[in-house]
Amino acid sequence: MNQFLKRRFFDQIAVMFGREARKPAAISDRAQEIHILKRATNKERLQQAMVAHEKASKVHTWRNRRWAVLIIANLMFTFSFWFDIQILEGALTASRFVGFHLIDLNSALQVMLAHKHIIVNLVIGTGTVFVLWLLLGGRTFCSWVCPYHLVAEWAEKIHLWLVKKKLVTDQAIDRRLRTGSWLVFAVLAVATGYTVFESISPTGILSRALIYGPALALLWVLALLVFEVFFSRRAWCRYACPIGLTYGVVGIFSPVRIKYKLDGCFHEGDCRKVCLVPHVLDTVIKGRAVDTEVPIGPDCTRCGLCVDTCPTGSLTFDVKGLSKLL
Amino acid sequence: MNDSKPPAAAKPPASRERIQQARRKWLRTILLTGGVTGAALSGFLPLVYARTKRLRPPGALDEKDFLASCIKCGQCVQVCPVQAIKLADLVDGVGVGVPYIDAREQACDFSCDAVQCILACPTGALVYKKPAFLGVRKGAKLAAAPILKAKEKDPEPTLNLSERIGVARLIRQESCLAIQGKGFKGQVQGAGFKGRMRYMDVDRWKPVKVADHPYDVAECDLCVRECPVKGAISIETVFAPDGTKRKSPVVHEPCVGCGVCEMICPVEPACIVIDAREVWNT
Repeated sequence: MNQFLKRRFFDQIAVMFGREARKPAAISDRAQEIHILKRATNKERLQQAMVAHEKASKVHTWRNRRWAVLIIANLMFTFSFWFDIQILEGALTASRFVGFHLIDLNSALQVMLAHKHIIVNLVIGTGTVFVLWLLLGGRTFCSWVCPYHLVAEWAEKIHLWLVKKKLVTDQAIDRRLRTGSWLVFAVLAVATGYTVFESISPTGILSRALIYGPALALLWVLALLVFEVFFSRRAWCRYACPIGLTYGVVGIFSPVRIKYKLDGCFHEGDCRKVCLVPHVLDTVIKGRAVDTEVPIGPDCTRCGLCVDTCPTGSLTFDVKGLSKLL
Repeated sequence: MNDSKPPAAAKPPASRERIQQARRKWLRTILLTGGVTGAALSGFLPLVYARTKRLRPPGALDEKDFLASCIKCGQCVQVCPVQAIKLADLVDGVGVGVPYIDAREQACDFSCDAVQCILACPTGALVYKKPAFLGVRKGAKLAAAPILKAKEKDPEPTLNLSERIGVARLIRQESCLAIQGKGFKGQVQGAGFKGRMRYMDVDRWKPVKVADHPYDVAECDLCVRECPVKGAISIETVFAPDGTKRKSPVVHEPCVGCGVCEMICPVEPACIVIDAREVWNT
């Protein structure tokens, strides 16, 4: 990692905690060269390519794969209970995968803070899950497993349709709020000795509803979705959910991420339009990439929507080290 | 490549529109903060409904510790052979997603023999034996490991449980059939009752519907007959307030508070109930 990427690495951690993405202070020579060359590119040819892209049929490869994984993962919980096949017992907050303890990091944290004691099983389960998501990409949990992410994605479609019809507008909210809510719930857990967040976590509520049957608590999930449809696009995941931040921190060190390649990019910005966390894609803005290849920061959920939508293949899944090995 | 100026100098003065936008964004941020905090407080809403104490699964820590350590995953629900354990909803007392037992509907009859729910608990909210740093309330500790009537003849007849989850109490003496010297014939809680229980004479490992196991007893002693724990309850001859002798179910120290007596009481409402989280007081 060169100094430009190193600086961006730390910069992106700050961005995850809520700072606005800024123009880079310094850019590598090679990247600067490309930026300059791009300014001289034939604009007509670019225009033609973009029109062609506009007309091209939409690709949903990664989205479909992800939805399949998400649905199968959640149904595994449900079927394990319904048919008593005992593959994945429990709910998303804590479970056993063929006997092995798996415990959601944020739930475990809440329990430890509320109970103020740490139990062996809890450490084992948390450790397993930590290593799992460290290998798989941190916030990969959000887009590939969390059931709320899926229903929010569907609600987002309604929201975007309403926006297109000019019936609603997306109300942006300060992203520092999420860091704030993480702290608030941590303090609440310590102070009240009660896992306050767990009782309103839409992830937990939905997961339990899928396994143990619907509950009144689903009304809260519905309220969140209504808020997202009519007021603020993906508000819970973007601005409030502490689970996302917890897994985001794990993702800082994860080898799985999206990689951006500068040279082929049109800078038309389609990727930023579909992204849940567009601040991680600030690097695709004209003149911002600090190097010819830039890994996307830890707040990225590795959902692959940008990979699907990119007309030039400038955004791809990448496993650090593995590509070198191959 | 160090030609970039400090951002403050590079920025043109913000337009009025920009300032207004920023102000609106702040307002919305404050609004959402308020909304989420308010919703978080609704997590305490169940406290309002918490007037009746909920019976927790066997091995539950004292209520405050239990609520703190339960991760709301429902693994205890999954292993229970009679599905006695349910997860609380918004209106079911403290804690959304926290397990409880409604003994009248479905009591814990220990038909798993091993208190599987404790084994399943990943966070130690349910424990066989409390760790040293947690205190034991006086009277909560069982004097001896409870002997399970169902496996009395096994080499290991006891149940791995060190504390009680409640104590049974006869609260409606006036309607108790045993006290009145009456018998009982028919299905407990009617034909539609969904509760299940293990009957050793039917199948040790397969609990059956209580409705499929009708009774015909000359003098009602169902609470004693079906109590899974040895020596926890018996029919004794006691003196009534007016000095006359009569028979009555009497609860003894080995009672763990499982709630089978409450479920199996043929009178509606049940004469004998579990005082959830109560300790032995004599």
